[in-house]
Amino acid sequence: MPKLKLADLAEIRERARRTTSLREGAARVKLTLHMGTCGIAAGARKVLDAALREIEERDIKDVIVTTSGCAGLCSREPMATVEVAGEAPVKYVDLTEAKIKSILAVHIVGGKIVEPYALAVGSERAF
Amino acid sequence: MAYRMHLMVCAGTGCVSNRSFEFRDALQGELEKRGLHNEIQVVTTGCNGFCGAGPLMVVQPDGIFYQMLSPKDIPLLVEEHFLKGRPVPKLMHVPPEMPAPVPKMMDIPFFARQRLIALRNRGLIDPERIDEYIARDGYTALAKALTQMTPEEVLNEVKLSGLRGRGGAGFPTGVKWEFVRKAEGEPKYVICNGDEGDPGAFMDRSIVESDPHSVIEGMLIGARAMGARWGVVYIRNEYPLAVERLLIAIDQAREYGLLGGNILDTGFDFDISVSRGAGAFVCGEATALVTAVEGRVGEPRARPPRLAQCGLWGKPTCLNNVETWANVPPIINMGSKWYAEIGTEKSKGTKVFSLVGAVNNTGLVEVPMGITLRQIIYDIGGGIPDGKKFKAVQTGGPSGGCIPNELIDLPVDFESLTEAGSMMGSGGMVVMDEQTCMVDVARYFLGFTQDESCGKCTPCREGAKLMLDVLTRITEGQGTMEDLATLEEIGRIVAETSLCGLGTSAPNPVLTTLRYFRDEYIAHIQARKCPAHVCRQLNAYRIDPQICLERGHGCGLCRRECPENAIFGDKNQAHRIDMSLCSKCGTCVDVCHFDAVIVE
Repeated sequence: MPKLKLADLAEIRERARRTTSLREGAARVKLTLHMGTCGIAAGARKVLDAALREIEERDIKDVIVTTSGCAGLCSREPMATVEVAGEAPVKYVDLTEAKIKSILAVHIVGGKIVEPYALAVGSERAF
Repeated sequence: MAYRMHLMVCAGTGCVSNRSFEFRDALQGELEKRGLHNEIQVVTTGCNGFCGAGPLMVVQPDGIFYQMLSPKDIPLLVEEHFLKGRPVPKLMHVPPEMPAPVPKMMDIPFFARQRLIALRNRGLIDPERIDEYIARDGYTALAKALTQMTPEEVLNEVKLSGLRGRGGAGFPTGVKWEFVRKAEGEPKYVICNGDEGDPGAFMDRSIVESDPHSVIEGMLIGARAMGARWGVVYIRNEYPLAVERLLIAIDQAREYGLLGGNILDTGFDFDISVSRGAGAFVCGEATALVTAVEGRVGEPRARPPRLAQCGLWGKPTCLNNVETWANVPPIINMGSKWYAEIGTEKSKGTKVFSLVGAVNNTGLVEVPMGITLRQIIYDIGGGIPDGKKFKAVQTGGPSGGCIPNELIDLPVDFESLTEAGSMMGSGGMVVMDEQTCMVDVARYFLGFTQDESCGKCTPCREGAKLMLDVLTRITEGQGTMEDLATLEEIGRIVAETSLCGLGTSAPNPVLTTLRYFRDEYIAHIQARKCPAHVCRQLNAYRIDPQICLERGHGCGLCRRECPENAIFGDKNQAHRIDMSLCSKCGTCVDVCHFDAVIVE
């Protein structure tokens, strides 16, 4: 390893931050894959894998991917919820690997809801 | 593939001793078995401070906090949380007085009420990877100090910040740096004091374990301000994990050229060596530490000359504590104004305390100066366990004083603690409940300092020993009222005439307990009773015949265990103690399953 110069330090910082920023919990978009038994049976694992691969390939930095339990609409699994900071959450249903890729491209990066795959905008109330 | 989840497994000494490495390895194994290892990363971090509940793990990005983990919890965690996204409540923390588990770390009062500066990276980075430190703005303060500021400006920033030494004395750091900068003689040295020896204190160990680069960067910046070229970290060898991580960090910094010659291509040279101490308490004293680094017996010497004039190898030397150094990078990054806004008028910034003893949340906390003892003990510490009453808190390590309940709203800063007869010290905080005997506490701590006295000066060597003899006599029921005046007189002389800080502060526990808990001393002397029933020689024991018979059916356990054969009674009959034979060892109390032995 050659000795660092100022610019190198900044570069390491940027590179390492891609990993560590996940720990600070702050991101522009949160993508939640519903991984209840129904979701997994309907192929949610493949959808999750595809989402993670796509994020890596497109080098998207401001998205965090999490999983959650069954969303309650088991017949329409695999499902995902996209929450863009400051906007209402959007629920997508009947997902496939191809669909999640296009959601990443059009909605998460592009900012436009992919209406054909969307179930609803907004979220049910808790309590 | 990008990771979607980071599992931050705590690997501070507390968690490691609770087998967090075993847990981590089993976790990694399970993730691999389930094919999740490419999307979920296991990260080994330093101490999170919640040491009483280890092993700990924080799941990011959601910040879910799990405690008291064991390998058998892993299949459930992986299936429910990491795969299906349903956090597992039974492994979460339930704060005292709260009805349900609190999932998120930052909603737990223990964490929510802290402010982290010295511990800014704790639990967030792997301390063995320099890149993760850099990701959290590591070494940007160094870059700023080297390229955008003159050494005078760096020094001035530290001076204006109001930072004071975190090792005990509270001397203004910037002023100390200025002495060294202006002192004549080359080369100059900077030293980091990591010889933390107080019983129950582990602030410095935790900083070095969780974020060693913050100390290295602080020393680099200090060296730049003072014109030093060499640094030494003196750390006790009883901290193997801290030593290991420090050595790894120094190697990594050297590899990146952040230590060595021509750092960041600016022409600045600095390097650090590590000196391991053998665990003598007195070597935490500055002049004794320097002689120990030189390879001689660690004994203090008279000051002046200050270390700033005549330190390591007779050259100008700046010695600061681990926590002081760790505070330097944020001050340079964020500016002195930001730092000076935290804390009180004379005590700026935050302080790390190790909160131990009779308190629910044992661990390491960093709080702004000026916070009250009540807030630390109750809001963060979660109060006293088992519904017992708070009695006193001892601050500042073995030579700190005991502060009573009446002063629990005392703000924690250098001046207030000194005024109350105690001190900030390095930040130990031992909470005591009503079952603590204050005379016994004074005897215990004086026993420690007396044992650690190097013996060089007479007041400390002989005075502390004398005081200990008197205290022991009192706890054995042989004290007289004149002893109290004797203790105060010797205590004053030891405090005033000892050569170094060990001796001058050693009488503190005795003098403060005499000041605040004098009635307990009097009870020991006049009534020959220990109100807390701790001093066994003053206790009288009897067996309640009704309890012994009805609950215990005269089981006879106490009779069999009594070393003096002082207990009599047949099986299925109530037992009794013959006090003329009893040596007051208390074994009968310890062994009785039915609480039939009454202590009076």
